[in-house]
Amino acid sequence: MDIYAEQKINADLLRPLRRTSGWFYLLVLMLGGIILLGGGAWFYQISNGLAVAGLRWPIFWAFYITNFVFWIGISHAGTLISAILRLVNASWRRPVTRCAEVITVFALMIGALFPIIHLGRPWLFFWLIPYPSERQIWPNLRSPLAWDFFAISTYLTGSTLFLLLPIIPDFALMRDQMTGWRKKIYRVLALGWRGTTKQWHRLEAAMQIMAIAIVPVAISVHTIVSFDFSMSPVPMWHSTVFGPYFVAGAIFSGIAALMVAMAILRKVLHLEEYLHPVHFQNLGKLLLLMSLLWGYFTFVERLTTWYGNSSAEMAVFWETQTGAYAPLFWTMVFCNFVIPFPILAIKRLRTITGCVIASSLIVVGMWLERFLIIVPSLARKHLPYSWGSYRPQPVEIMITVATFAAMVLLYALFAKAVPIISVWELKVGAPVLSPEEEEERRALWRTRP
Amino acid sequence: MTHRWGMAVDLDRCTGCEACVTACRTENNIRIAGPEQSARGRSIAWIRVERYYEGDFPDVRVKFRPVMCQQCDAAPCEPVCPTYASHHNEEGLNAQVYNRCIGTRYCANACPYNVRFFNFGNPVWERPLELPLNPDVSVREVGVVEKCTFCVQRITAAKDTAKAEKRELRDGEIKPACVQSCPTSALVFGDLNDPESEVSRLSRSSRGTKLLEDLGTLPKVTYLQKQT
Repeated sequence: MDIYAEQKINADLLRPLRRTSGWFYLLVLMLGGIILLGGGAWFYQISNGLAVAGLRWPIFWAFYITNFVFWIGISHAGTLISAILRLVNASWRRPVTRCAEVITVFALMIGALFPIIHLGRPWLFFWLIPYPSERQIWPNLRSPLAWDFFAISTYLTGSTLFLLLPIIPDFALMRDQMTGWRKKIYRVLALGWRGTTKQWHRLEAAMQIMAIAIVPVAISVHTIVSFDFSMSPVPMWHSTVFGPYFVAGAIFSGIAALMVAMAILRKVLHLEEYLHPVHFQNLGKLLLLMSLLWGYFTFVERLTTWYGNSSAEMAVFWETQTGAYAPLFWTMVFCNFVIPFPILAIKRLRTITGCVIASSLIVVGMWLERFLIIVPSLARKHLPYSWGSYRPQPVEIMITVATFAAMVLLYALFAKAVPIISVWELKVGAPVLSPEEEEERRALWRTRP
Repeated sequence: MTHRWGMAVDLDRCTGCEACVTACRTENNIRIAGPEQSARGRSIAWIRVERYYEGDFPDVRVKFRPVMCQQCDAAPCEPVCPTYASHHNEEGLNAQVYNRCIGTRYCANACPYNVRFFNFGNPVWERPLELPLNPDVSVREVGVVEKCTFCVQRITAAKDTAKAEKRELRDGEIKPACVQSCPTSALVFGDLNDPESEVSRLSRSSRGTKLLEDLGTLPKVTYLQKQT
């Protein structure tokens, strides 16, 4: 790779760090405002008790746990996908990995907040943590909620390392490129990276270990989240399919969120030369596979329930199929399967626009899926006398909206501090373009004004 | 020998008068939610009388079923609690430690009988409603889960009395509030480890069934009714 190409990559990818338009400040202000409102809503909920939420007997879990499962699901975007792509050495992954890994870290942080928001006494959340206390009481290790704590903290630690390791050479690059106070910060973050052969070897070895280690961790995390439900004798929760069903759904929603983020980054940061249609093509194929897998799991789960014909489960089954939750259920089926399937299956439709439409629908559909797993089952437990219905209240909606704003804000701030595409990986990967990619790159160069 | 507390409920005797519900509320300092919050599913009733209608009009039969915590031997609410607030005590009761509860409400979801309740707000007793509060029962604060205790305060008091008088507990000596107030004696409470006790005898009756028995929760409450 010649020096001019390298300089061009540096210039393009560091541009967002160097120049900040007024729109960015406006965006930060808006998102910050929404987050403040959400924080206010949480404070209001803490001071008034959960009576201000829509929760009620017997629907004790609803919006907050839906958000918890949803965000932990979104977090499977990054680390898992980028780890798999690294392990199979797919060279097209290079511009994609970092923006995926960032989603993981931030989605996990947000997701992990929800079990605390939903607590009756959130100020005592630390009782879930095994710490030596003077009362010598430990968390109950038989409880799936205690497993959650271990799973999420392991995954958060692992994926943060997985994100930070390959940034080190880029921190060093920024240390060399930036001036003033930024240089000082990046010098600390670069951890003395000099780019010696020994350092590169160590980085490669560490990345290889992390990529292998993080895959079972990611799969176990969403399996354990599914155990929160499948471990209790609640109709249509107590199911053996939930582990793989949740993991598949998590990867599904994760890829969808990643594609939406990529499309926005491509437009806003002018990364058209780096995030190509071919990346959307390839991720679109992966999304198609996950859509089929999701459809298969949903079908299998429904069919076995229907054949099993247990009275308690059938109450939940019909409630979602034709009852009060049917509009949501069929919206979910359309969002996750009926509409995305043709878009992603037909090559001509699998364009960037097509992928973004499919992905946005899938994000909505997967949120609905989590809601439909949790609420109808609680609303139709065994004894018909104790059936109930749920309606979200403004506090719950406000907090939910605020976490979406928090995700966008954290992502935007990160893209201002670190190149959202790994600069060194792009440079390393540049010579090994497939003929198809080469042609595509040439076409892009031609169309540039 | 340790005790193993259980109850028998004769559905053929129950008239659905709900005296048990009222008695339980008074005995156990159950909070008053008010009409508005009750309509939104925030009222608490450790024992409730479920009404089921059989047949089509005009040949309708109403069936009553008082449902309280079944004090399961294999209780789904216990293993799911991350802080041991919900646990099994040595006399077989599903005990709830209010101070240890952080309000995940997992136990309430896991309970197939929906007999666990959550405090959506701090309890308020407008004057003079605080005067009849029972000093033997703690008042639960916002954010914790509560449930039927089989009136554990009465069990403890009776054991203390028996110990002071240097004698064994007599069958029928302990009466939880619901049992005490039942005008048709549909509810019977006692020690299941004592084969001679009335509750043991009734639990072995061929009229007896357990609620949602096929879930394998091993409840210690037996429902008696004419088997057809």
